[in-house]
Amino acid sequence: MIWNEPRECMGRDEMHHLQSCRLQSVVKKVYHNVPFYRTKMQALGLEPDDIKGVEDIAKLPFTTKQDLRDSYPFGLAATPASEFVRVHASSGTTGKPTAVPHSRKDLEMFAECVARALCCTGATKNDVIQVSYGYGLFTGGLGLHDGATKLGATVIPASGGNTRNQLTLLQDFGSTVLACTPSYALFLSEALAEAGIDSAKLPLRIGVFGAEPWTAEMREKIETGLQIKAYDIYGLSEVMGPGMSDSCEARNGLHIAEDHFYPEALDPDTLTAVPDGVVGELVFTHLTKEAMPLLRYRTRDLSSLHHEACACGRTNVRMDRVKGRSDDMLIIRGVNVFPSQVESVLLEIPEAKPHYMIIVDREGTLDTLEIQVEIGERYFSDEMAQLSTLKNKIKHALDNALRVSVIVSLVEHKTIQRSEGKAKRVIDRRKL
Amino acid sequence: MAMVVKQISVFLENEAGHFLELSRVIGGAGVNITALSLAETADYGIARMIVDDVDQGVRALHEAGYSVNLTDVLRVEVPDGPGALARILASFAESGVNVSYIYGYSSGGTAFLIIKAGDPQKAAELLKPRV
Repeated sequence: MIWNEPRECMGRDEMHHLQSCRLQSVVKKVYHNVPFYRTKMQALGLEPDDIKGVEDIAKLPFTTKQDLRDSYPFGLAATPASEFVRVHASSGTTGKPTAVPHSRKDLEMFAECVARALCCTGATKNDVIQVSYGYGLFTGGLGLHDGATKLGATVIPASGGNTRNQLTLLQDFGSTVLACTPSYALFLSEALAEAGIDSAKLPLRIGVFGAEPWTAEMREKIETGLQIKAYDIYGLSEVMGPGMSDSCEARNGLHIAEDHFYPEALDPDTLTAVPDGVVGELVFTHLTKEAMPLLRYRTRDLSSLHHEACACGRTNVRMDRVKGRSDDMLIIRGVNVFPSQVESVLLEIPEAKPHYMIIVDREGTLDTLEIQVEIGERYFSDEMAQLSTLKNKIKHALDNALRVSVIVSLVEHKTIQRSEGKAKRVIDRRKL
Repeated sequence: MAMVVKQISVFLENEAGHFLELSRVIGGAGVNITALSLAETADYGIARMIVDDVDQGVRALHEAGYSVNLTDVLRVEVPDGPGALARILASFAESGVNVSYIYGYSSGGTAFLIIKAGDPQKAAELLKPRV
């Protein structure tokens, strides 16, 4: 089912026209109401009337996470605070938190986008949706909650954590859709197996997973473990939250709600547009947001855009699953390393569990990269020789994939913390 | 006399207190360790144990979250005299049975060896007194 066919299957020209009209109005709005943007536009010699349509978007200034921090909490708001009906905040995992206010209409738009996203995965009003994202300042819980409510599905507001209770809810309420982070989904599938519950006998059929980058290999593992179809949901709290885009049943990328968020993929160094299919940094411009519209917000998420039609019938532009974050990237002895690469390698080695921790340190002037890996019990041997062969096999695979020499440490079962929210995969001990 | 017995192996990180924790789990389950060997590298090790109640021992270790491996090993009674070990090993070598590791213990005044052999059944056969 397509939630909003007129918008999601709009002709490209029509979409272009709609986006252009909306962009003109949002630019006027921020110019007149947000000193930060007026100052920036004036410095560039720009008047609101210079923006005739989305083809002029490259003239507009960027907004960064640092700008949001500097104006914390509501310095970029475009409406009086009396118009705010809810405030969300980022988890602050990479520094000071950022606050994002929403007007009533903003929350309706949020719910609309999430309803579209859920329909994208094949969910309907007949589904029972267990929302196991954290409820609170994080947008995952309440975002999915409101969208699932709009869809008319039955919402189980489980929130994150309390794994035993999650399993009980899955069984007792017959949840058919699970929404959480992919690492938590993997954790739940292990917990199910340990509790001796056969996932094939549960009514669960769809997973809507997001809020952290994951790999195709991890998706397969979750799909097998939980006996479901897993879909990506994408979003960031600064722009809205989950539901800005979602993968459809054709599973050929994530459709962006581009009538609300105008997407660009830019070369992170030159900040110029890259062609369709080429990986760049995603940049979004709000087209309809009231409380705090942002121009060209730099997400640091790396992905590529595709404008050609999709088998599902939607015409909205698609983005690939996020490849990583430009600021997640570790530079080890001059080599770029993404945690997602480590995950891909480990998922291809059956003996290793997909739980890992990356520890970066510096000995003298040399960076060291240690990967802690748990060994599946089935593969644990009583002979040292076999364990060291396995350790070498993992090291060899990682060395080859990352093109930097790693230290592999085998650790005891369950010593790596299972995440109930966003998984923390990297500890950087370098003092630079 | 030689017989095949079950050995419990546990993966342990080479960190202070980890083996203590393991021994508490085993002891707390009322299981007695009759023979023990620790193999270690700089970052991890394997604790190998012969216990009086294998099922109970494995259950307790699983509940405590350990990775456990059960292996067939050979328990051989060795006479207390020169050349005893050599005679055992010679019969293995002649038949091409490979030995991965050996550790010893004594019980009731008798010395025993725990031997991990490539083929424990075959190894046990080799040590049967010839009639």
